[in-house]
Amino acid sequence: MYISFTNKPASEDSAADRKTRPGRRTVSSTVVTLGIVSMLTDISSESVTAVLPMYVTGALGLSVIAFGVLDGMYQGVSAVMRIAGGYVSDRADQPKWVAFGGYALAALARIGLLFATGFAAISAVITADRLGKGLRTAPRDALITASSKPESLGTSFGVHRTLDNIGAALGPLLAFFILLLIPDGYQTIWVASLAFAVIGVVLLGLLVPNIRSRAKADKAQRMPRQKFDWKSVTSRPMRRVLAAAGILGLLTIGDGFVYLVLQARSDFAAQWFPLLYVGTNLAFVILAIPLGRLSDRVGRARVFVFGHAGLLAAYVIAVLPMSDLAATLLCLLFLGAFYAATDGVLAALAAQLSPPETRGTGIAAAQTMVAITRFVSAAGFGLLWYSLGRETSMLIVAGLLLVAIPVILILLRPQFARQNRVDAS
Amino acid sequence: MSNRLKWLMIVAVAVVALGATTIVGVFAWQQYQQRSLAPSSVETTAPSGWDSGDRIVFRNTAPGQGYGYVSSVALADPAGSRAITGTACDRVDAVAEEFSCLRTVRGIAPTYTGTLYSNDGTELQTWPLSGVPSRTRISADGSLIASTAFVTGHSYATVGFSTDTRIHRADTGEDYGNLEDWTLIIDGAPSTPVDRNYWGVTFVDDNTFYATAGLTTTGVTYLVVGDIAARTLTSVTGTVECPSLSPDGTKIAFKRVTSGSGPTVHWTPAIYDIASGTVELLPEERSIDDQIEWLDDDTILYGVPRSDTAGDSDVWSLRIDGSAEPEILIEHAWSPSVVRADAGAR
Repeated sequence: MYISFTNKPASEDSAADRKTRPGRRTVSSTVVTLGIVSMLTDISSESVTAVLPMYVTGALGLSVIAFGVLDGMYQGVSAVMRIAGGYVSDRADQPKWVAFGGYALAALARIGLLFATGFAAISAVITADRLGKGLRTAPRDALITASSKPESLGTSFGVHRTLDNIGAALGPLLAFFILLLIPDGYQTIWVASLAFAVIGVVLLGLLVPNIRSRAKADKAQRMPRQKFDWKSVTSRPMRRVLAAAGILGLLTIGDGFVYLVLQARSDFAAQWFPLLYVGTNLAFVILAIPLGRLSDRVGRARVFVFGHAGLLAAYVIAVLPMSDLAATLLCLLFLGAFYAATDGVLAALAAQLSPPETRGTGIAAAQTMVAITRFVSAAGFGLLWYSLGRETSMLIVAGLLLVAIPVILILLRPQFARQNRVDAS
Repeated sequence: MSNRLKWLMIVAVAVVALGATTIVGVFAWQQYQQRSLAPSSVETTAPSGWDSGDRIVFRNTAPGQGYGYVSSVALADPAGSRAITGTACDRVDAVAEEFSCLRTVRGIAPTYTGTLYSNDGTELQTWPLSGVPSRTRISADGSLIASTAFVTGHSYATVGFSTDTRIHRADTGEDYGNLEDWTLIIDGAPSTPVDRNYWGVTFVDDNTFYATAGLTTTGVTYLVVGDIAARTLTSVTGTVECPSLSPDGTKIAFKRVTSGSGPTVHWTPAIYDIASGTVELLPEERSIDDQIEWLDDDTILYGVPRSDTAGDSDVWSLRIDGSAEPEILIEHAWSPSVVRADAGAR
């Protein structure tokens, strides 16, 4: 359902109307605000994660092997938190305040960082940060859905993810800039990180409306309050989407492996290895809005599935005999395109298939499915990698993906016929 | 609440938050300037003779000028004045004529490199690292170099850490690649755990070395012996991390997990006797997270970060017979490497 521009201050409303030519798609100011909140929060968290290995080894004089042990656990905890965040926000019908809790938890963790000295304290802070991230994602995406026109949901998520990833790119830049001026300026980075997190939380708290989808829907239909119903999370179209996301997730081995293949073949990639993800991120930022728009026009399910062709292209190019420089750049471009075509678009697709009262849980279910299957995929691919060698295993996954894409197209066929609209019933 | 009031509050919060950050930043910058321009807090001598005689080469962490630079003290007088070179490294290992140096190249997008230097500061070789420098070792005759880095920026939007340990020839530059691509043999059978990582190489001769193979999910570690020609890594025993071979080649000093796991892990230095296979823990209460260096056949060295000052540490020595408490050998130092001018032996 679409909450029109009522969230905007009246003066801004008319100004926006004047600027907007008829027929041109725009996104609601709430989506932009949520995007800016995510951007500020990502500046905050990515500035810390970018320098964490340096800090732990350089300033604390410790090795960071133990982080590897923790990573698997984080993934699991984050997945559980995500479902919990979606569910609680649906049950309480308070998406804004559940999301607020997640953002606030991350900001509080930053305060902890100012006083943390040992490795254990820092891991605790990082864990709190992850928990907050898990908690806020689904209710925030539900808010984006509730404040967007059903027919431009893909664009809305595109705008949000673009802003979000700009933050993810600016965070490390900010941190490294501080270190360039002050080589031991970690404390300054923690303070800056806290500052951005606080501004983000305040923006969210003051400017984003708490859109209570269930209450509104009930009022509109003059019906008793609808109960949270797990059945709608596991409805037939939703099942198909979850299955599609799961199968494709199992063939998404993670860009780490693609980078490693590039590193092994190319001096260019080896030299810039620690920064390859920045290239992917840049492509994501550039392509998220155009691909979101495209998904509104041709169907979200279609863009989601065909987005995996970008992943396929990256796998193949990584092992293709061509110029190393070209292979590296093309890989990053295709990986970015893959994320741009799948990340926000899947959230839009899940939102479109969920009634308002289970929207948060529906979105969380789809995202968790992707997170878990990708984790399994990375582990399984590691096994292939060590037993068959990197090029061969890469080509095997590429082959499987080539088969899976048409199969998923058939599986999701009913979705293509559906209009891109949020079912408000 | 009116919109005007909301925006006023947002602007106020932003001004306070960013203003406070700026003030903290300017203050930190001034402090850094003062510290780095101040004369070194320790006694120093001219760098000219830094590579002569029996010496301990290390990374100087004394506040003031020369922080982070490769330095040396005479082996006979480790607490005496140090000679500071013009080469900055995060991690260093030296032999008679040259030294291997891992460092973070600061910049708006930092990169990480390893460099082989001759003692006069000439770059003989450079190679890229895939992340933050961790360990480096150069073989006694200077022909082989091992470097370990923590792989960062690995996975999209996750904090994943793994190690990348590589060995290459110093003379021909021939690269033996990432140890993860070699064949791992655990208890006699080839094994391909997905999460294996290698770190802490210590060279035996021109073809053989010891290292740690670790499985990150379970935290299990093995001491493995590597064969460069055969490209194999064969397990010798379990629960051994960051091995370091004694000068006489009979013992391996290492760190062993004695309590905790993950962020609460506690490592205790220990000695593995190669002939008998026995392990003895050493009387060190603190957790030691370093690749141990041998001062001589009876004494080991390791770095311990100072708890009161981030980025500063001391090199401690400890007798392996357990007859004495650990003591500070070199203050404000990190990554020690004992160099004897006479032989290639260390």
